[in-house]
Amino acid sequence: MSAEAPPVRARGLVKRYDEVLAVDHVDLEVRSGDVYGFLGPNGAGKTTTLRMALGLIVPTEGHVQLFGRDPMKEGARALQGVAGFVEAPRFYPYLSAGKNLELLAALDGDSAAGRIEEVLEIVELSDRVRHRVGGYSHGMRQRLGIAAALLRRPSLLILDEPATGLDPAGMRDMRELIRRLAGEGITVLLSSHQLPEVQELCDRVAIVDSGRVVYEGAMADLRRQGGAGYRLRTTDDSRALALAAEHEGLSSLQRDEHGISLQADERHLAELTVALGRAGVGVLALTPELATLEYLFFRLTEDGGHPAHEHALAAEADGRLVGSS
Amino acid sequence: MSAVAPSASPRVLPAQPHRSRRPPVRTVYRWELRKLVSQKRTYLGFGLAILLPVIFVVSQLIRGHPPRGADSIFASEIFQSGLATPVLMLTFLAPFFLPMIAALVAGDIVAAEDNNGTLKTILTRSVDRGQVFAAKVLAAVTYAAAAVYLSAIVATVAGVGAWGFHSVRTFSGSVVSAPKALLLIFAANACFLIPLLTIACIGVLLSTVTRNSAAAIVGTLGVTLVLAIVQQIPGLEGLHPYLLTTQYFAWQGLLRTPTDWSPIVHSLWLCALYAVPSLIAGWLVFLRRDVAGG
Repeated sequence: MSAEAPPVRARGLVKRYDEVLAVDHVDLEVRSGDVYGFLGPNGAGKTTTLRMALGLIVPTEGHVQLFGRDPMKEGARALQGVAGFVEAPRFYPYLSAGKNLELLAALDGDSAAGRIEEVLEIVELSDRVRHRVGGYSHGMRQRLGIAAALLRRPSLLILDEPATGLDPAGMRDMRELIRRLAGEGITVLLSSHQLPEVQELCDRVAIVDSGRVVYEGAMADLRRQGGAGYRLRTTDDSRALALAAEHEGLSSLQRDEHGISLQADERHLAELTVALGRAGVGVLALTPELATLEYLFFRLTEDGGHPAHEHALAAEADGRLVGSS
Repeated sequence: MSAVAPSASPRVLPAQPHRSRRPPVRTVYRWELRKLVSQKRTYLGFGLAILLPVIFVVSQLIRGHPPRGADSIFASEIFQSGLATPVLMLTFLAPFFLPMIAALVAGDIVAAEDNNGTLKTILTRSVDRGQVFAAKVLAAVTYAAAAVYLSAIVATVAGVGAWGFHSVRTFSGSVVSAPKALLLIFAANACFLIPLLTIACIGVLLSTVTRNSAAAIVGTLGVTLVLAIVQQIPGLEGLHPYLLTTQYFAWQGLLRTPTDWSPIVHSLWLCALYAVPSLIAGWLVFLRRDVAGG
């Protein structure tokens, strides 16, 4: 394992199925310690990219390296320190959970068998260890998939929609586990449709659409690109709006039932609050508004974006963000 | 029920960086066998391999006399010695039934895992594709060999139980003692494994290429049937020595006095011409294929 090589580096990755271009020159870099969100609509090429990363399918062009090793050239050796699953985790339905994990531990060729009990405890399946996986619910299989991944003591965990099929408590606990794994230094590459989950967990993100990466970078940078704004609530919003309209340095003024939204730098904002006070308009709340991931996701993946739609989405998503914080 | 128990274990991260060691092929092979043993389909083939000799012996006991005008010397011998039964059963089962049992597992062994998505599960562990392929081929041929010997053992036990452990007459008309006959039966079944394991190799190739268990099983049987039909077409006699189906009876050279090794040696190299390209093609496809199932 190369000390400097990032956990995942893809360069010019292409996958073509006859006429269909599933992945179109994708460049990615997951750095050590990242909790990296991999987002995109259905059919955007996320799972195909992850399959190429794990050496399951052969890229048409380009390459992907895990800790500097190419799975296409180095086979299983390239997966050292890497674990996870793409799409739903799959097991032998006619074997028990315990036997499935024993099999996988044997294929890992080390002392992983000694950790079976521990990983089953982590995912709360200890009491079902002797039951055949064929009788497991979808959620239980997801949990067994996490257990199978943890058996390998990974430095890089690749999870494709790990919360799919879980109940709300399960999703919450899954988030907690991912946060805990990341806290212990495991790099996580997380493909998910749960945008609030990604926003909450991930520090870096890639958004793919139609096989192409439309954004890759820090979550904070992405949200900043969406434009920083403020929401103002006063004792007299109509008068406050009129005063703001006369003020220099304020833009995107808009009033709705939740108050006034506007964009400004801090100096002009301070001047506005002073002016409001002098005019006898009380300021009830002045809160910063960052663009949510959901808003930015739709703006980046839907054709050109629709301002009115974007605004509605932003307001809706913002409410959810406040509610969850 | 919640998904995970974050507080159940104080630490998930390993104390030492993980360095997995690649397991040997025998480990992968052992687990392939355990998977086979855990599946009902496995016992279907074994059940049939047991059932047919038993049906044969019971029906002959009820009948009470050997078939008249039997073209095989062993058919007329079955009431003289129980050791004639396994030889006769091998003659009956060799052209279609035992190849069918071999195809049942060989045609399924890769395709089923591809469809169930478990292939991606095992290929993201510390084993190379070549190891997985080798283990699957070994498991398929082990199953075929086990079915052949299971059938032979049941036929021998049932035959000896019904008609005794006596000396038998060979294809040449000479008489061999019972212990030697037993040894020859074991060796004859081993010789029959040469073309049968070739069928298993073709089955694994089709399983790898088609990704469809039914297509691979039927395709494997189709190969046997087509070759058997070619063997019956007048004017194509020149092809007979090169047909896989002709090799199903090479073992009969062992039951002659003196032993006729030429069909066995011919069977060895001819079957290699079928099996080795099948294995190489299957291996190459398996190494480079996209694992997209599941």
